[in-house]
Amino acid sequence: MKKVKAVINGLLVETEQGTTILDAAKLVQVKIPTLCKHPDLISSASCGICIVEVEGTGKYLRACCTPLEDGMKINTHTPEIVAIRRTVLELILSNHPNDCLQCGRNNNCELQRLAADFGIRDEDFPKYLRDIPKDDSTGTIVLDPQKCILCGRCVDVCRNVQNVWALSFLERGFSTRISPAGEIDLADSPCVRCGQCSAHCPTGAIVEYDHTSEVWDALKDPDKFCVVQIAPAVRAAIGEAFGYEPGVNLTGKLYQALKRLGFDAVFDTSFGADVTIMEEASEFVKRFTGEGGPLPLITTCCPSWVDFMEKFESDMIPCFSSCKSPHEILGVLSKTYYAEKNKIDPAKIYMASIMPCTSKKYEIKRSDEMSASGYQDIDSVLTTREIARMIYQAGIKFNELPERGADSLLGEYSGAGVIFGSTGGVMEAALRTAYYMITGSNLEKIDFKDIRGLPGVKESEIKIQGKKIRVAVAHGLANVEHVISKSRKAMAAGEEPPYHFIEVMACLGGCVGGGGQPYGVTDELRKKRAAALYSDDLSKKIRFSHDNPDVKKVYKDFLGEPLGEKSEKLMHTRYKARPLYKK
Amino acid sequence: MKFEDLKKIREKASSEKGAWVKVGMSTCGIAAGAEKVYDRIVSLAADRGTDIKVKKTGCLGMCYAEPLVEVHKPGLPDVLYGWVNEETSGRILSDHVERDWFLNGHAVSLNIKRPHEKTVSVEGIKKVFLIRDTSSDNSSKLRDFHHHLVSSLKEKGFDGRIQIVRARDLGVYNKGIVVKILPDNIVMAGASSDDIEKAINSYLEKGRLPEEMILKNHPSQTRIVLRNSGRIDPGSIEDYIVQGGFTGLEKALSGKPREIIDEMKKSALRGRGGGGYPAWLKWTAAAKEESSEKYIICNGDEGDPGAYMDRSVMEGDPYSLVEGMTIAARAIGASHGFFYIRAEYPIAIDRVKNAIKRADEEGFLGKNIMGSGFDFDLEVRLGAGAFVCGEETALIASMHGKRGMPVPKPPYPSHSGLWGKPTVINNVESLANVPFIMQHGGDAFSSMGTDRSKGTKVFSLTGKVANSGLVEIEMGLTLRQVVFDIGGGMGFGAKIKAVQTGGPSGGVIPENFLDTSISFDSLKSLGSIMGSGGMIVMDESDCMVDIAKFYLQFCVDESCGKCAPCRIGGYQMLQILNRITSGNSEPGDKRKLQAISLAMGKASLCGLGQTAPNSVISMMHYFADEYKEHTEEGFCRAGKCKSLVSYRIVQDKCKRCGLCVKHCPVNAISGDREKGYFIDFKKCVKCGKCFDVCKFGAILKK
Repeated sequence: MKKVKAVINGLLVETEQGTTILDAAKLVQVKIPTLCKHPDLISSASCGICIVEVEGTGKYLRACCTPLEDGMKINTHTPEIVAIRRTVLELILSNHPNDCLQCGRNNNCELQRLAADFGIRDEDFPKYLRDIPKDDSTGTIVLDPQKCILCGRCVDVCRNVQNVWALSFLERGFSTRISPAGEIDLADSPCVRCGQCSAHCPTGAIVEYDHTSEVWDALKDPDKFCVVQIAPAVRAAIGEAFGYEPGVNLTGKLYQALKRLGFDAVFDTSFGADVTIMEEASEFVKRFTGEGGPLPLITTCCPSWVDFMEKFESDMIPCFSSCKSPHEILGVLSKTYYAEKNKIDPAKIYMASIMPCTSKKYEIKRSDEMSASGYQDIDSVLTTREIARMIYQAGIKFNELPERGADSLLGEYSGAGVIFGSTGGVMEAALRTAYYMITGSNLEKIDFKDIRGLPGVKESEIKIQGKKIRVAVAHGLANVEHVISKSRKAMAAGEEPPYHFIEVMACLGGCVGGGGQPYGVTDELRKKRAAALYSDDLSKKIRFSHDNPDVKKVYKDFLGEPLGEKSEKLMHTRYKARPLYKK
Repeated sequence: MKFEDLKKIREKASSEKGAWVKVGMSTCGIAAGAEKVYDRIVSLAADRGTDIKVKKTGCLGMCYAEPLVEVHKPGLPDVLYGWVNEETSGRILSDHVERDWFLNGHAVSLNIKRPHEKTVSVEGIKKVFLIRDTSSDNSSKLRDFHHHLVSSLKEKGFDGRIQIVRARDLGVYNKGIVVKILPDNIVMAGASSDDIEKAINSYLEKGRLPEEMILKNHPSQTRIVLRNSGRIDPGSIEDYIVQGGFTGLEKALSGKPREIIDEMKKSALRGRGGGGYPAWLKWTAAAKEESSEKYIICNGDEGDPGAYMDRSVMEGDPYSLVEGMTIAARAIGASHGFFYIRAEYPIAIDRVKNAIKRADEEGFLGKNIMGSGFDFDLEVRLGAGAFVCGEETALIASMHGKRGMPVPKPPYPSHSGLWGKPTVINNVESLANVPFIMQHGGDAFSSMGTDRSKGTKVFSLTGKVANSGLVEIEMGLTLRQVVFDIGGGMGFGAKIKAVQTGGPSGGVIPENFLDTSISFDSLKSLGSIMGSGGMIVMDESDCMVDIAKFYLQFCVDESCGKCAPCRIGGYQMLQILNRITSGNSEPGDKRKLQAISLAMGKASLCGLGQTAPNSVISMMHYFADEYKEHTEEGFCRAGKCKSLVSYRIVQDKCKRCGLCVKHCPVNAISGDREKGYFIDFKKCVKCGKCFDVCKFGAILKK
């Protein structure tokens, strides 16, 4: 790589060609302020905060997207630059409401932080707000165009990372706003509720739909038996909301916090994941051995992926696993099996899911099958961000909590169940069990390193009884097209499928990078969160779903066998094509 | 077709005899009624059996004189008639064509240099003396002069061979009586009528004019870009070839691509779209790129208010653009090109499409152009009406089918442009210069103009100037020369106050800087820009604060909304100016305007936002007095800002004529001859009509 030498604020910088001025400045301990820039995304260069001056030319450049050139002399903080930045910031604030105290991003807002850094104390410019109503039609995310600074991150992530194209810039000039094209509500648009827009929004313009008050109400209700489950990815990210370094596994503290919030029983979605694997691996084995359904089998744990497929790839529905997602399975088991065992009226059970995901809020009402227990199996979904707020509100000193375990029957999980939270995890867990189901013995080398990590599409092969199983793992919906179209083509031509088994997660990194996780996600963060799950797996004595004694128990005592009549009724679902745009 | 055939076409054309008339049929001409004139001439010629060809042509730039008809008849000098209507059309046929008798009062003649054009021999054809009184107050006694001249010709026996014709416009202004002798194209001016008469006598007797009588070094237009516009039929590829078309292409295809760029480098042509970036540098950057595919785009998304140079070129001389683009494509190694034309230019679109089709049919486009082995084809893409799509990266986004929003540079389009391939985007006017440069050499081009601004520039001269239209001038002429010597000065005795150049990105230049010679750098140093070539002349009735607000409003309306400084800054500035012009200024306004201007100028992403405050900055700089009157004294001297003006009748001066009462549209003036007249402030709508009509200066505007 060619090197460039330049001077930033009088300090010599030598770096690789192509490095932006913003990144080069960090090498000499200079922090150039930014607002619209997100490390995950290409610079839209829209805010104008990161401008720097090329000495002697009168030229101003955007540090976030301009590569440092050899011999450049850059000034980043002259009085004029600082004054300009301040004016630009004041202009942005003049177009932004002052309701920080009531905002979902209070204390966690990039605009607010910048205003604090700049010590903005007066409103020099009169406030002109765009009078546009909020859009909370999806029930999963809320779009408040008034708070939008038009950085374009959401549009970029929705189009280029997720390939959904639900969001666009509408109108122009001062009236420009973010909305689905054609003046429609988000719920009527192709939006798949992944919430990546909310995870990338610098302000409170897109936030998760807040369900905390619903949960507070349930907790206050003496008639309700409140149960809760935590998704694998939540344990690896919740710490970020309490000042921990990213990637610390806080399962025990989280169980404790939930208990202290008033939940009567604390379960773990990873247990549901183990049951999912029993069903899904059975389904795979059945299809692979030619006893039912086409190949490839495609995983369906991710509701945004399900929504995406129903809208964009509905011809692939026959390939979809009919198995419900782990938290839905845990939901239905809690209102049937758990209720039965503990003699609790299922009507009184209130089940809340703590998820890294906004889409799960949609999933719980997706179809009638989500009420297989006779009641809505999950009553409420809270994102990692929401549960963190509840813990703060309850005055629980999270960092100092003693750890505790999950409650019995639906709390014990295997290492395979917990890696569901990372891209490749479902596949890895399924392969471990599928191998057992076919051969009757456990694999010796069970770490599938090929399908871990952050490449957008990962492919691998394993041999089971001399037969090759080809698998693919995709995450970030824009990466799905590759594997799906390859499979579709082969199916149309009647050829051998390129893959037998495909795992898809809508969000980059899988659930660890979910749309409901703490803000500021980058690849580095995704890796750290995933690592926490893989080390949880390593530390477990039981690393196979089929070896989980509680799983064995639930089949023995209640379900019968995987894909059996009861299992099908309670834990499987169907899919249907849905229009991209509702009229 | 082959290049050898071009010569044959030219020879054939020069041997053609017979009379023709050409009607200017560009948007401007059609708007003024050229279609009726054209139809009238065609039908009359058919009825009368007149042997004459009726042709269509583009815009000659004299939009003020449309419809324009040029008449050619063997044995007579060619003449151009302006302000032609259906009645005049008839006389053009019956008098001029059939009886060799020139029409009085309609002839117009431009003062134009056409570099590198051969003058056609004019021996043995009828002489015509076009005469005109060009003094602004019509003080010269043209009637007497005309009379004398006619009788003197009669006396000397020239009657019949020479005709004296009163012209409507001779392209020379404020020089008393002016005589233009056709077909010699000699202009006499600046002397008394007696002197001129003597000189003409000497011309008639000795065939020569006294040197001192001939008007020399008078500022004139120089036509390169508009060389064919208004002369050729824009639909006819043969017409273009006859005027030397495709000679540049022939040279370009016979040499190496590198040589084209060398020639462009010699020409030092700077981009005419506004930025003034050297064309050869852009081309070199794209030529150096290794890529299977490269593109050239002609940017015809002209959008400045009051600017229509590009439209005229596309309508009047589309083949020169086809040729220019093919040459550019050859230079950079592109095999595909696009015209990006705003959809509001339907005639330009039609003519460009036709030109592409014809050029393709004749082998100037497509595979193996003229047997050279070079492939190139062209397509038209329409812009959907956003000003910002004139910006390169927004234009590309628009062509990709996306919302027209600029993206940061680098990467520059020459590296990664259309579909991510190396792309050169040149403005219409830049490309129209290319065939000339290739035909006559880069040196021929760079011999014109100033040190750092070579060649010519087309301006669309509008506003309070007498002759609004397109003018193409050599760089280096002064603004004053353009307005007064070429534009005919101010209309209706108005007093010039300022000239606005560069459209919404430009600024106002006050009267005392009008002697600045025009170049990219000089206009920039005055706080304005060359821009794409809008030039709007303003007089005392224009309020400079209001003008600044107008341009800012334009930018605010056209902002794509992407970047915060432009989107919010422009809007905030506009609100401040709205307050100021309605009499509600606040103490911090000036500081805020300056702070936002600086932030917009430095922190906006694209040229639109960066230059949007220019109109306000230059207003506050050059017209600080007017700004102060608005903000501190609550007064608008031009009377444009209605809230800041009130009218009062000064009783001492009022002669009780009652004219103001008659003209007041809202009956706000009451009273009678005895008591005097008074304005009811509650009814007054401040239209200023009373002020305008009062002959005694009895209406006070304050």
